[in-house]
Amino acid sequence: MIYFDKVSKVYPDNSIALEEVSFSIEPKEFVSIVGHSGAGKTTLIKMFLGEETPSDGKIFFESLDIHKLGKKEINNFRRKVGVVFQDFRLLPNKNIYENIAFAMEAAGRTDEDIEADVPHVLDLVDLGKKIWNFPGELSGGEKQRVAIARAIVNQPDVIIADEPTGNLDPLNTYDIVQILKKINDLGTTVILTTHNKGVIDSLAKRVLTMENGKIIRDDKLGKYVI
Amino acid sequence: MWTTIKRIIRSGFYSFWRNGFVSLSSVLVMVVTLFVIGSTIFSGAILKSTLVEIEKKVDINIYLVRTASEDDIASFKKDLEQLPEVAPPVTYTSRDQALTDFRARHQNDQITLQALDELGSNPFGASLNVNAKNPSQYEGIVSYLGLKGADCRSFESKYPIIDKVNYCQNKNAIDSLTKIITSANRLGFALTIILIIISILITFNTLRLVIYMSRDEISVMRLVGASTGYIRGPFFVAGAVYGFISAIITLILFYPVTLWLGKTTEDFFVGLNVFSYYASNFGQIFLIIVLSGVAIGSISSFLAVRKYLKV
Repeated sequence: MIYFDKVSKVYPDNSIALEEVSFSIEPKEFVSIVGHSGAGKTTLIKMFLGEETPSDGKIFFESLDIHKLGKKEINNFRRKVGVVFQDFRLLPNKNIYENIAFAMEAAGRTDEDIEADVPHVLDLVDLGKKIWNFPGELSGGEKQRVAIARAIVNQPDVIIADEPTGNLDPLNTYDIVQILKKINDLGTTVILTTHNKGVIDSLAKRVLTMENGKIIRDDKLGKYVI
Repeated sequence: MWTTIKRIIRSGFYSFWRNGFVSLSSVLVMVVTLFVIGSTIFSGAILKSTLVEIEKKVDINIYLVRTASEDDIASFKKDLEQLPEVAPPVTYTSRDQALTDFRARHQNDQITLQALDELGSNPFGASLNVNAKNPSQYEGIVSYLGLKGADCRSFESKYPIIDKVNYCQNKNAIDSLTKIITSANRLGFALTIILIIISILITFNTLRLVIYMSRDEISVMRLVGASTGYIRGPFFVAGAVYGFISAIITLILFYPVTLWLGKTTEDFFVGLNVFSYYASNFGQIFLIIVLSGVAIGSISSFLAVRKYLKV
């Protein structure tokens, strides 16, 4: 489903972010990418989203070469991918309902769909009561759950969670991981980057370990080993 | 398509309303810009009407010999009116009229009036009063009449009925006036352009700052797959709303300002009351101010978002 083919990224000052990274991810897999800060996790994800272009190599999503897509096609591709960030990235001037509705509007869904799906998806992450609040009025864990709701509302094929628990306490971390697991059980591919040992060990799923821009381990039932 | 437009407009209004303080400051900056544009309209009108009034006061008198017959005068007057430089009508003052005018002017000066009575006959010739369309055209008219040389000494006219022309006395005044009018026009135009450019740049920068604060938002929109138009649209609409509200505020502000300045300008400049100018040209001024406000606001936002759309 997702295939990285010898992808390298060298910045103009000759610093190497990624070096000949190759791996593939099957549908419905739950893959964690671990590594120290600066190992290349975020670069990897930015490339997958088309935010940065590789210096060498190709990235495929199904049969699409992501970096050969035009502007319109890249928008369509991004609608098939839900993204969750460490810093939540909610729109501060929109309430929770509008934040989620915005992702649906961008995908061209009808008003009826939006009115039906937004409360439903907020119930899934247990935030049905805060639907008219603004992001500033929520706790970190709640914000991250809104971000997840936004990521899944368009029923994407893939969820990318880039250090989603980085700013959260252990209890909220546990909640978020459980939600991601539930999403994966319902049939969505999940890619999670993290450096939280507890999260990886409790998941017992596939782990890619990165160091200095390379993948050094690929374990089927991985543990956090660095 | 219609749903998209509806959503863009709604979201533009929301972002205007929810960014209250930012919107307020942008609106204030735009009010200043529009005020400058409006003021240039007014000062342009004042300058123009003053120039027209002054130009109307510049004229030359052609004094005719006393023996000139009515027929000769009539045909001479007709010739003059057909000159392209002359603004019709050419006013004819008959000998009797000139005498009456003179008496009226000197009604308190018994000695002069007595001297006039001593003469027994009317010493005045008839005269024609000529206005040019443009002050710089007097030269042409005078040379048509046959006046030569800078000091108007030599005088060979094909019209024997001309006694003298008061052009040379007026020439210096006319010359310097022509110069002042031309340079005032040019200076006013340059100043207007510079002021308008400066204020547009200030507005543009303010809106750029506003949008700079939204750059994270824009990147999030990008990442959930929103198209360029869908991201840009609300900023465009909010910019237009800024422009429209600023325009309305500016137009309201002009009411007391012109009312207050009206009397002063009427006294100081020849005969133009800015308030009545504002009232009688309100439709036109309204259109100019509102359109420039909306255009400046929306185009600035449109351009400013471009920078953050590259993701």
